[in-house]
Amino acid sequence: MDRQITSFIRALRSSDVRVSTGEALDAVRAVAMVGYADRALLKDTLGCVLAKSPDEKVTFDELFDVYFSRKDTTTESAGASEQSQEESSGATAKNTPQNLVELMESGDETAIATAIEKAASAAEVDDIRFSTQVAYYAQQMVKQMGGESLQARLLDALSQHTDEGEAEAERLIEMRRDLTMRARERTQRAFDVFGKGETRQFREDYAASKRLSALDRSDMERMKVLVAKIAKRLAVKHSRRRKKKSRGQLDVRRTMRANAGMDGVPFNVIWRQKKRERPKIVVVCDVSGSVAQYVRFLLLLLWSMKDVVPDLHAFAFSGRLYDVDEYLEDKPFEEAMAEIMRVAGLGSTSYGQAWSDLKVDHEQLIDRRTTLMVMGDGRSNYGDPRTDLFRDFASRAKRTIWLNPEGPGLWGTGDSEILRYRPYCNQMSHVATLKDLERAVDDVLSAYN
Amino acid sequence: MMSNDLITGYEPMTSIEAITAGLESVGYISTRPISTSVFLAHGLRKPILIEGPAGVGKTDLAASLSRWLDVPLLRLQCYEGLDEGKALYEWKYGKQLLYTQILKEKLNDVIGDAQTLEASLSELGTFEDLFFSEQFLEARPLLTAMRQSAGSVLLVDEIDKSDEEFEAFLLEVLSDYQVTVPEIGTIRANVPPIVILTSNNVRELGDALKRRCLHLHIGFPDHKREQRIVQARVEGISETLLDQMVGFVQSIRELDIKKRPSIAETVDWAKTLLLLHANTLDETFVRDTLNVLLKHESDIAAVTTDIPKLVRQAVSGQSASGRPSSY
Repeated sequence: MDRQITSFIRALRSSDVRVSTGEALDAVRAVAMVGYADRALLKDTLGCVLAKSPDEKVTFDELFDVYFSRKDTTTESAGASEQSQEESSGATAKNTPQNLVELMESGDETAIATAIEKAASAAEVDDIRFSTQVAYYAQQMVKQMGGESLQARLLDALSQHTDEGEAEAERLIEMRRDLTMRARERTQRAFDVFGKGETRQFREDYAASKRLSALDRSDMERMKVLVAKIAKRLAVKHSRRRKKKSRGQLDVRRTMRANAGMDGVPFNVIWRQKKRERPKIVVVCDVSGSVAQYVRFLLLLLWSMKDVVPDLHAFAFSGRLYDVDEYLEDKPFEEAMAEIMRVAGLGSTSYGQAWSDLKVDHEQLIDRRTTLMVMGDGRSNYGDPRTDLFRDFASRAKRTIWLNPEGPGLWGTGDSEILRYRPYCNQMSHVATLKDLERAVDDVLSAYN
Repeated sequence: MMSNDLITGYEPMTSIEAITAGLESVGYISTRPISTSVFLAHGLRKPILIEGPAGVGKTDLAASLSRWLDVPLLRLQCYEGLDEGKALYEWKYGKQLLYTQILKEKLNDVIGDAQTLEASLSELGTFEDLFFSEQFLEARPLLTAMRQSAGSVLLVDEIDKSDEEFEAFLLEVLSDYQVTVPEIGTIRANVPPIVILTSNNVRELGDALKRRCLHLHIGFPDHKREQRIVQARVEGISETLLDQMVGFVQSIRELDIKKRPSIAETVDWAKTLLLLHANTLDETFVRDTLNVLLKHESDIAAVTTDIPKLVRQAVSGQSASGRPSSY
C-alpha cells in the first residue's frame, strides 16, 4: 500500500509541489492511522500533510482526483492479480501473450484491466515525460501484451483468402483497435499524472531564456505566470529582515533604561541597530518601437513587486517624458500598457528631451537612496544626448543601472549614444531574456541589504 | 520508541468523530478537515499550522481544544523582536539581585572562618546553584507547556509576525519537545503539548517550519455551518432571523469589498440584531447596523446601494444554502 503513496508523492513532486522525505514518512504514518477506505478522509489527510501553501493545495486537489480515479481500477485489479498469482502458477498463464486474443474475447473487464496494468508497469509507462511519448509508450504496452501474436494471427487469417478468414481478420482488427485505445488511455493518464509538471517546467525554462522581443501573443499568458513566479521569488528573498544588528556599538540610552530595574547593573546590553533602507526605484523607460516589448516585462515585473518596493516611480518617453504611475495603479496591466503606448509611444525618440523633462518636473524624486533604472537602447536620432543632466542624476542617486536590450556589439554604432552615458552608470547590462531581467532586478534590490 | 508511546495523554481524542463531537460540546463547530488535522496532529505529534483570514476561528480552535480536553491553554503571541527570553524562560534578575543584597550579611557567616581566598571561594562554590535554581526561574509559555504533566494546548499566535531567528528557534523546540536550561538541565515534556500555530500571511513562513507542520486552511464557513456557529454563540436568536442574516452575510462575502466579514463579525451582528429585537431582516435594521459587519467606509458605501436587493434575496431564501463555501 505504501507504494501508492510514494508514487503519488512522485507525481506531486513532478508538478512542483515540494515534498520532503520527512513529509513522505508522515504521509505514510498518517494514512496508516486513517486508512484508505474513505476517499474524502484520505484527501483531507494527505492534503494537510503534503500540501503546505494555497498554490500547492490547488495542485494537490487536481492531482489527487486524477491519480486516485485511476487507482480505483488498479487497486481492484492489483488485488485480483496478486490473488491469482498466489492461487497457482497456472493462473498466471491467463495473462501470457499467447492468450491475448482469448483474454480480449472473454470481455472480462477486471482481467483486461489487470493485464493493462501489468503491461504498463512492464513498459515503465509511469516514466513518461512529454506528450509526444504517448504513442510510443502505448505501442510498447501493446507489445508487452503480446500484440505480435495478434498480428501473426491477423496475417494468418488474411492469407487464407476465404470469407471466414476475412471475418476473422475483421474481428482481430477490431480487437487490435480496442487494445490500442485502452493502452493509449492508460498512457495518457500516466502523462497527466507524472509528465505534465515536467513539461511545464521545461517550457518555463525555455521561455525564460528566450529573447523577449521574439515572443508572440500566444506566449504572453504563460510569460505572465512566469513573471509572477519570478516576482514572488524576488519578493520573498528581499522582504526578509529590515533591521540589522550591528554588534560592537552599544546603545547606551536604551541599555540604561532597560537595566534601571536592576540597579543600573547592565545585565542586558542593547546594541545599536541599523535600519535597512527601503528600496526606492525610479525607472525611466524608452518606449519607442524596438524597446517597448522589453519595457512591458520590466514594468510587469516591477509592478508585481509593489509590496517589496512601495516606493516605485515609472516614467515613459519617446519624445516627451510622461509619469505613468497612475495608469499602472488604476488599470489592469494590459490596459495600462496600451494607454502608456498611446500617450508616450508616438514621438520621435529623444533622450535629451527626456532628461530635461525629468530634471524640470521630477528631479526631487532622485535622492541618495534612489536607484535610477533606465531601460533603453540609447538611440537618440542624433539629438543632443544631454549627458550633463544624466551625470547630475547619476551623482545624486544611490546607484544608476542601465538596461540595454541591444547586445554590446551594437553599442555606439549609428545613432547610439550609449557609450557616452556609460561612464556615469554603476552598471550597464545587456538584457534580452526574462532571466536577465530577474538578475538585474535582483541586483538592484540586493544593494539595499 | 515513537510507535510505542505514540498516543499518550488526551484520552478523549480517539477518533475524528469524537473530536468533532467534543469540540461541539464546548461550542466549536468543526469541519471534517479541521477535526482530521487535529486527530493527525495528536497521532503524529506534529504542530498544526493554521492559515486563513482573520476571525474565522483559528485562535478559537486552540481555546476550545483546551476547554474540551481540560488542559491548560498556553498562549504565545508573536511580534517583531520576540526572543527566547520572552518565549522560553528568563532568570529573575531583580529577585536574584535583591536576594544577594539581603544575604550579604549572611555571607560573612559562611566564609567567615575561611582563611584564604581559595578557601572562601570553595566555600562559596557549594552554594553555587543557589541563585540559578527553579526559584529564580521565570518560565515563559514554551517552558510552561513542556512542564504540564497532563499535557496542554500551546498556541503560537501569528507566527508570521515574529523574526526568522525566532522561527528557527521554535523549530528546534517543537522537533523534540524538550528544552535545555544550562544551569538546571533538560526539561522534557511528559505529554507533548498539542501545538497550534496561526498565521495571517504577513510574511512568507520559512520552508523548514512549514515542512515540519501539518497544514490547515480555514476559510469562510458555508451557510449551514455559519448558522450552527451563530446558534451556538448567540442564545435566543430566532430561526428565521438566523437563516436570513447568515444568508445576507454570505452574499456580502461574494461582493468585491476590501475586508470580507468573518464569523466573528457575523456573531457580533447577530447579537446586535437581537439587542434591537429584530425578528426578521429588514432594510432599516441592516442600514443602521451595517458598521458592525463592515469595517471600511468604502465597503459600507459599496454595499449600501445593494441593500434592498440583498435583503430581498436573503428574506426570500434565494441565498442558496447549498452554495459551496468560499474556500
